[in-house]
Amino acid sequence: MDWSWFIGRFSAEYLPSDPATIGAAIGMPLGIIAVLAAITYFKKWSYLWNEWITTVDAKKIGIMYMGIAILMLLRGGADALMLRAQTAVAPSGVELFDTDTFQQVFTAHGSIMIFFVAMGAMFGLINIALPLLLGARDVAYPFLNSVSFWLFFAGMVIINISLVVGGFSNGGWLGYPPLTGLEYNPGPGVDYWIWALQISGIGSLLSGINFTVTILKHRAPGMTLMKMPIFAWSVLVSMVLVMLAFPVLTATLAMLSLDRLADMHFFTSDGGGNPMLYVNLIWAWGHPEVYILILPAFGIFSEVIATFARKKIFGYVTMVAALLAIMFLSFVVWQHHFFTMGAGANVNAFFGIMTMIIAIPTGVKLFNWIFTLYKGNIRFTAPMIWFMCFAFSFTIGGVTGVLMAVPALDFQVHNTMFLVAHFHNVIIGGVLFGFFAGIYYWWPKVFGFRLHDASGKLAAYLWLGGFILAFMPLYVLGLMGAVRRIDTYSDPTWQPLFIVSAIGVGVIALGVVTMVLGAIYSIWKRKELADTDGDPWDGRTLEWSVPSPAPHYNFAITPQVTRRDEWWYQKKNGIKPPQKSDYVDIHLPKNTAAGVYIAIAAGLAGMGLIWHIWWLVAVALIGLIWIVLQRTFNDDTEYTLTAQQLYELDRKASL
Amino acid sequence: MTSHNTHSAAKQSNASLGLWLYIMTDIMVFASLFATYVILRHGTNGGPDASEIFNLELILVSTFLLLFSSLTSGMANIAARSGNARGALVWLGATITLGIGFLTLELYEFGELILHGHGPAHSAFLSAFFVLVGTHGLHILIGIIWAIALGDYISKKGLTPDGVRRLGLFTIFWHFLDLVWIFIFTVVYLLGAIT
Amino acid sequence: MKRLVRLSILPLAISGFIVLFWLLLKDVTIDVLQPTGQIAQEQRTLLIFTLALSALVVLPVFTLLSIFAYKYREGRGADYTPEQEGSYKLEALWWGIPIIIIFVLALITWSTSNSLDPYKKIESNNETVSVQVVALQWKWLFIYPDHGVASVNELPMPVDHPVHFKLAADAPMSAFWIPSLGSQVYSMNGMSSELNLIANKIGEYKGYNTNINGQGYAEMQFTARVTSHDEFERWVEQTRTSEETLTMNNYETLANPDTIEEPLFYRLGDTQLYDKILAKYMHSMPHTPDQPETHDHSMHQHGGH
Repeated sequence: MDWSWFIGRFSAEYLPSDPATIGAAIGMPLGIIAVLAAITYFKKWSYLWNEWITTVDAKKIGIMYMGIAILMLLRGGADALMLRAQTAVAPSGVELFDTDTFQQVFTAHGSIMIFFVAMGAMFGLINIALPLLLGARDVAYPFLNSVSFWLFFAGMVIINISLVVGGFSNGGWLGYPPLTGLEYNPGPGVDYWIWALQISGIGSLLSGINFTVTILKHRAPGMTLMKMPIFAWSVLVSMVLVMLAFPVLTATLAMLSLDRLADMHFFTSDGGGNPMLYVNLIWAWGHPEVYILILPAFGIFSEVIATFARKKIFGYVTMVAALLAIMFLSFVVWQHHFFTMGAGANVNAFFGIMTMIIAIPTGVKLFNWIFTLYKGNIRFTAPMIWFMCFAFSFTIGGVTGVLMAVPALDFQVHNTMFLVAHFHNVIIGGVLFGFFAGIYYWWPKVFGFRLHDASGKLAAYLWLGGFILAFMPLYVLGLMGAVRRIDTYSDPTWQPLFIVSAIGVGVIALGVVTMVLGAIYSIWKRKELADTDGDPWDGRTLEWSVPSPAPHYNFAITPQVTRRDEWWYQKKNGIKPPQKSDYVDIHLPKNTAAGVYIAIAAGLAGMGLIWHIWWLVAVALIGLIWIVLQRTFNDDTEYTLTAQQLYELDRKASL
Repeated sequence: MTSHNTHSAAKQSNASLGLWLYIMTDIMVFASLFATYVILRHGTNGGPDASEIFNLELILVSTFLLLFSSLTSGMANIAARSGNARGALVWLGATITLGIGFLTLELYEFGELILHGHGPAHSAFLSAFFVLVGTHGLHILIGIIWAIALGDYISKKGLTPDGVRRLGLFTIFWHFLDLVWIFIFTVVYLLGAIT
Repeated sequence: MKRLVRLSILPLAISGFIVLFWLLLKDVTIDVLQPTGQIAQEQRTLLIFTLALSALVVLPVFTLLSIFAYKYREGRGADYTPEQEGSYKLEALWWGIPIIIIFVLALITWSTSNSLDPYKKIESNNETVSVQVVALQWKWLFIYPDHGVASVNELPMPVDHPVHFKLAADAPMSAFWIPSLGSQVYSMNGMSSELNLIANKIGEYKGYNTNINGQGYAEMQFTARVTSHDEFERWVEQTRTSEETLTMNNYETLANPDTIEEPLFYRLGDTQLYDKILAKYMHSMPHTPDQPETHDHSMHQHGGH
């Protein structure tokens, strides 16, 4: 009997066959079953469902984003270890993985690190911190926020299913056609890549709208735009970029998938298609994406430095101006990703110069941070150490970035290990270090206790040391002729450098282990590390004015803002304890499972499209529309917390 | 009570800002598709180009259907604001009918093209054409579903503040689709007929 | 004592890294920094100049950061001024200086983008050699249309003669790069890109594909064999009499996805071969400036059904 109407193009040949994949294929489901069994055994299902899965509280959603991001950091990190292990032993004739696996692994590494680690950690920190920093009770659309998270989750699930069934794309993290087209790549791998990115990307797009409205409409009374903390500015700029760039990704991935599903000719070599168009479109998203990630990290550092230098941020106005300048410039530089595609000399020069100009506002930010330290009273806590490591690494990354912005130089380093080292330099040393600083900084606000500081510092040093060992050799290798994405090479003089690089990745792994162990230790010692007054760092902004962990309504009484660093000056001028009459009724969103259902429907539709199971696509899409309509026309989505209840809750929380 | 009123006013302004931002993102989607169409429209793969396949009379009819539907959706909005639930429903019904008419004509056009061997798989030009116009059509379909659900809601619950707010949002969305269509009409059909 | 240990960690770590990298690098050849062709030579000069210019920003950053971090750390109490808002003079300084540096760099970028444009012919008293490059899955085909020969994975070049490359692919997008000689360029289906290089030193240099194009991507390397002009001519003569002839027929076999160990050499049986390979994909491609005159007739009919 022919089952293909039911199972699409799935067949036994897509089941894992090599030992590494079989191991993952057995281990992953077993792990999931073990977790599910533990939840059942400890009777935590209703807790999980009521407190987490159906939550619309931005802080909890933020924690879930962070959790997934860290889990995916482990997965992407394991990928990195595999890649560098392979290149360390390659000339000795040892092949740890076959080429196809290797290519899938680096594609997965890139896709996971950008879409599920960096984006996940970014949205996690924004969810945790942004409403609190603004003096807001929640984001503008709490339900949409839950939808965004669960779509992100669905994308994450899809990318991990590919590990077990069918394999992943082998076309690199940006999947240039025609390599990812039907002609050269008919299997399900590229479709996994497309739909994991597409579904989580739509989640990101919705988040972009959500946070923009939150910033524009939900600031505490008195907080004008120019009184916002720099972090809020950085998020605003980043989210505007999300709204402008992610639709391009959505459209581009849709067209690529139509080439694959419906035999269309957008990016094919034949039929009049134009693969170069894809390269232009994907970078029209891809370059802003880099700034989408780095700007919130800049914002975090701005808060961290001001707090720990115990000083106002130096040059607030130029900081904002620099952010806006970067926002505009990030849209006129995308062509620098393919100077070698044969555009004219003047086109190349134009994009090269635009790229260099971005270095100006970025440099301004760096100098402003440095001068915030000037005449400060600096406490070198873990977040500050992350900043110091960032300043070192990011500056080097900036220099190599300027080098690559000169087209005539880019011709000699493009697509080599030099490029690989450069973007890790800015993404690890910039984005990740920024997010790590944010984790150590805001952790007490959501959990009520600080992270163990010394382990955080040690982790930062390990990351930086490992980073230098892993990537400085890659810069040299690039200049020696080592191109990116190779699993083997013939020149034995490359091997020592590749070995050092592999050791570097191992040191970074130690850094990750230190962070995880540090977190576990902190949970164990949470009584001693407890944050009793909600303000463990002697902070400057409003999030430190509420108790830790922050209550689900954030602020019992809406704060009135008169100036920047409101909380710092409130503390100086003496805080008046609130009167009972200050409390008013507030409206809060009810928990809802619609977000999860929407994501399940979207994920199933994605799986159907990957495997050509059309009935599943139809059922899932109809279900999706139905759930959205049900939710949209539901008027009963809020509940009221009376002034009396609020008063009692607040008294309890402050004790 | 006042707290509730300001709360609902805040919700209104929230929602309309969100919708405008959403429309901005949608404009980016269409911008990508327009750019793709303009770049690929000469990639005809030996098949027909834009001047050979379009039935301009048909397009003119569907353009008028959509323009009228924009008008009727505006009327529905006016009726709702003046508290005339019946009028709002009638005008909304007219909008839905006109929308369905538009979509039917579009499907007819697509069907004719495919029957003549000019399907989207034939050439880059046809892929770009089908996807650009089809994406607009998909938006129209979503709009129709939204309008039907809205009509169902208003007929059951009457003109609640939420209902009026939602109708207002729907109207903005529907006008936006009209605007996109004007661009499609110009860039795809008119310029196609000229060249 | 404890303080001494803490203070010495950083210098020790830095010296450790320096020693390690000195050990790693003392015996290796860094192609891009040890160029053997005029283009790569100019690119190295440009690289060093840009680095030096960047140092004008980097050194102040590192110095100020270290000094401030040390001087204003907690407990020193050195003139703590929490209310300092900023300083227009200082901020103007770090808008201004980078603007000047970037302005200088922009001028250089503009001029080198033109002078090192891969499409620009290299001026020389010696005659230019034409090579048509086709990236296959996963090997490089070099066609010498004026000499009537072709080779795979080996690129013989006469020293001090400019070489004009035309590049295309019959594979997913690939890229052609000889680090010792300079500039890489993408090669794509149905599109002809160009590159001009010159080798100024006799020797063998590695060439690579820098863009992933499938399974055999990492093995898709070739050797640029730079010889004296006489020797190059001898090679051409010898290859022209070889028994293997390359035409569209056996090209299709050659184009099958696989890798090869040893280079291959052919007499060129079809001087239009490169154009025919291009035309496989060029049927009504938009905006192709140098579409060849000869269309493959069978493609026409296939496309028009």
